[in-house]
Amino acid sequence: MYDFEIERPGNVADAVKALGQEDAQPLSGGQTLIPTLKARLAMPSVLVSLAGIDELKGVEMRDGALWIGGGTTHATVMREAADSYPALASLAARIGDPAVRNRGTIGGSLANNDPSACYPAGALASGATIETDRREIAADDYFQGMFTTALEEGEIVTGVRFPIPQAAHYEKFIQPASRFPLVAAFVARFDSHVRVAITGASNEGVFRWREAEAALGATFAASALDGLTLDGGEMISDLHGSGAYRAHLCGVMTRRAVQSIV
Amino acid sequence: MPKDFEPTRGIGASSKRREDIRFLTGSGRYTDDINLRRQTHVFFLRSDVAHGRLTGVDTSAAEDMPGVLKVFTGADFAEIGGMPCGWQVTDKHGQPMQEPKHPVLAHEKVRHVGEPIAAVVAETLAQARDAAEAIVVDIDELPAVVNMKDAVKDGAPKVHDDLTSNLCYDWGFVEENKDAVNKAFEQAAHVTTLELVNNRLVANPMEPRVAIGDYNRSDGEHTLYTTSQNPHVIRLLMGAFVLGIPEHKLRVVAPDVGGGFGTKIFHYQEEAFCTFAAKAVGRPVKWTSSRSEAFMSDAHGRDHVTKIELALDADNNFTALRTDTYANMGAYLSTFAPSVPTWLHGTLMAGNYKTPLIYVNVKAVFTNTVPVDAYRGAGRPEATYQLERLIDKAAHELKVDPIKLRRQNFVTEFPYATPVAVEYDTGDYNATMDKLEEIADHAGFEARRRESESKGKLRGFGVNCYIEACGIAPSNLVGQLGARAGLYESAMVRVNATGGLVVMTGSHSHGQGHETSFAQVVADMIGIDENMVEIVHGDTSKVPMGMGTYGSRSLAVGGSAMVRATEKIIAKAKKIASHLLEASEGDIELKDGAFSVAGTDKSVAWGDVTLAAYVPHNYPLEEIEPGLEETAFYDPSNFTYPAGAYACEVELDPETGHVTVERFTAADDFGNVVNPMIVTGQVHGGLAQGIGQALLENCAYDEDGQLLSASYMDYAMPRASDLPFYDVDHSCQTPCTHNPLGVKGCGEAGAIGSPPAVVNAVLDAIRSGGKDIGHIDMPVSPARVWEAMNV
Repeated sequence: MYDFEIERPGNVADAVKALGQEDAQPLSGGQTLIPTLKARLAMPSVLVSLAGIDELKGVEMRDGALWIGGGTTHATVMREAADSYPALASLAARIGDPAVRNRGTIGGSLANNDPSACYPAGALASGATIETDRREIAADDYFQGMFTTALEEGEIVTGVRFPIPQAAHYEKFIQPASRFPLVAAFVARFDSHVRVAITGASNEGVFRWREAEAALGATFAASALDGLTLDGGEMISDLHGSGAYRAHLCGVMTRRAVQSIV
Repeated sequence: MPKDFEPTRGIGASSKRREDIRFLTGSGRYTDDINLRRQTHVFFLRSDVAHGRLTGVDTSAAEDMPGVLKVFTGADFAEIGGMPCGWQVTDKHGQPMQEPKHPVLAHEKVRHVGEPIAAVVAETLAQARDAAEAIVVDIDELPAVVNMKDAVKDGAPKVHDDLTSNLCYDWGFVEENKDAVNKAFEQAAHVTTLELVNNRLVANPMEPRVAIGDYNRSDGEHTLYTTSQNPHVIRLLMGAFVLGIPEHKLRVVAPDVGGGFGTKIFHYQEEAFCTFAAKAVGRPVKWTSSRSEAFMSDAHGRDHVTKIELALDADNNFTALRTDTYANMGAYLSTFAPSVPTWLHGTLMAGNYKTPLIYVNVKAVFTNTVPVDAYRGAGRPEATYQLERLIDKAAHELKVDPIKLRRQNFVTEFPYATPVAVEYDTGDYNATMDKLEEIADHAGFEARRRESESKGKLRGFGVNCYIEACGIAPSNLVGQLGARAGLYESAMVRVNATGGLVVMTGSHSHGQGHETSFAQVVADMIGIDENMVEIVHGDTSKVPMGMGTYGSRSLAVGGSAMVRATEKIIAKAKKIASHLLEASEGDIELKDGAFSVAGTDKSVAWGDVTLAAYVPHNYPLEEIEPGLEETAFYDPSNFTYPAGAYACEVELDPETGHVTVERFTAADDFGNVVNPMIVTGQVHGGLAQGIGQALLENCAYDEDGQLLSASYMDYAMPRASDLPFYDVDHSCQTPCTHNPLGVKGCGEAGAIGSPPAVVNAVLDAIRSGGKDIGHIDMPVSPARVWEAMNV
């Protein structure tokens, strides 16, 4: 990596101020950023570590929703959301390996918005609200394409508010090398509606499968998905599978998620 | 015959691996753990294009960067020998292969992504890397050749301008048999044809390669510390062919090495560079490969494209076999690359079967990819895969049981001279197949299949046999075949005054457990405790000579040398004992660490004899010299031929194409076994790599020669969760007839014998779902399975 300065602010206000410096970049777990730095593919002047900010950490119920601080590690979510939102805790428990889960954070994952990351599917399917140092952003507005979000320069994800569905399940089919999702589906069943988010598949990053949501909203059963297909032409096609295969897996994963719920 | 009980010590005991104490407690000493005083670091600037003409390498800015001692380019090595190739193959017309120059640093052209163009030596690695970014490289990009069949077409871009084409050699084996083979095909009752790919692999040992060069100007001695399976071979190749340093001024040390799998056999540019540069800058020079560099600079493995045909008569007897293989050499010839698709592959095409007529054609091709060389099994997995896939296909075409078809065609009488130039000394292929069917519970498969089907899954059972030729010797034979080295092994046994022994062996250990199993052999011969025997390896200044560890040869060849040296020790010790006991030498017996006079109660302990050898007060000085130290070189009279039968049982998810290995059974005949636990461990490791090749691993390039699977994000290594608990058996034992231990070698069997069983099982599963797809190429990834079943 190239030389950089590191700052360790103790609160969000100081972190935002530090991020105002030219070419400053936040570090929140570093599971993507550190390998990028090691490969000399990024050259920040200052890394602003969010690891020492207590107000970014925590898993708690707030007004009927589950609030998770942006700096909370996957391992913490895995443990502390297990009772309140088991499907989300299960998602966290299956990210990477123990080393990744003990360093990586939900805020880091959502800010990066890797098209094959797990958390974007959980946040989008839950209809979560992303809280930042300056505003609140609905998940539907937040994810804007591969590695692209509504976040502005220097904006920090301070927390995520998850409405808790009646039932939910995250079904993941892993890419054999990276063990990221090749395709994964998060199905969340609420009292009045169903939300389905797919990660790993699309060139546009995480997306809602609205036809599946409508069908499942009418009849919450795997059979409701019969005949529904997605266009493989818009899907990622690489060494590990064609767009057509990924499109097919979207159906399989969604169906299995539904079967796990009913 | 197998021993009906497992001894607690010596040969046949599962002694715990003594080396694991240091490996498991973090006290191993690997090359990267070595840091020399005044050490500098080198960073290699590597090509990011696959093929191009180097029109300029401007290092002036880099030379002025902080901490930089010197910047090297190809021009610095123009007067120095290139990287040598250790094996010359003669083509079917009797002409030597085309052998390109292989520079230490790229000169005039770059020929693969990852080829080193320049090297910066600096005080720190970060400074070296910073400076490397300041080097201005001008490359006129040329079209790359990646696909082998395209590479040999007329008008294809040439990897090497000074060669006539991209064809390294066109090898026919046995050329004289070709017409007879073709005639047998014309007369066949049935012909089965199969086209397949043996996927390119990256060895990925846990420890990446490291080299440290050091030069002592006071005595002119060079030292290279390197991650090598054969330090003496590196000393010879680098000293004699690249840098012109005589052996007595060059020491090569390979300390603890964290896995080799073949890719650490070869002599690499980085080793020659660090040795050369240490003298040029007057300070030690260290290089530690990053994992990214390893993907594009360690020699790759496999990468064959084959068409194979089997002729059968009306009774399903194999009458002839014919193969047509393209073997990728990559951009340059790695040290032993030409031998892999020829003598380590063609000679195994008979497999376990008495096919009377065989013709093997191999076209070795240069492409703009990383050089390809031996990887665990080296040629033998490629032979086994195509043959055992083909036999399975033939069985299904003929609607006969695949096991029955194999049994019908087994070689059953030994010695057996194959039509591909080797003679199997011993074996019992029905015995391993019997054992396999028993422990794989073949009879219970249908019930397990029904259970899988009740869960919406498909289940498949696949078998294969394998045979390998191990040891890679005798020297006079391999010399005729083109080897530019002898392939014996040496051992020196030094007995200390108080009775302990140090065995210096040329067989390097990098995970195989030699320090334990070799000690068991020597201790057993003398009848002393294993802890009295120390095994030393990996340093040319300590071990007289060594050809190294590969080809499952260490115990069969290196162990035999050790036995011969120990026999000399015992013979001399008996002379001393006869003097001390005042008895005739012929009456002296050695048992349980004591010499006794036959038929009497007179005896003298091992330690008293060894002490007498070094304190020769009462000693037959007029007959023998003091001291007790002997050396032996062992050159075998034949290869060894381990063989076995493997079975794989898979469950397949038809909705996703995902395959899980539910059971894997290996019944091996390794001849005599010294340490059953270590042998089991070797088979486990081999199976992981074979199953990895079959299901997961794939080194892929795009058409421009860019490496697509250049990291673990895209190159899938097998993990524990991908593998079942294995059932491994090596109780079928037909001891090798021509080495003193009766051993055959077990290091590569798992990797050789497992890929066809996995693929045969997958195809069986798919067939059970109602579709016969005929063949599927490795790795059998979920996407490929799904496409094969649905598209």
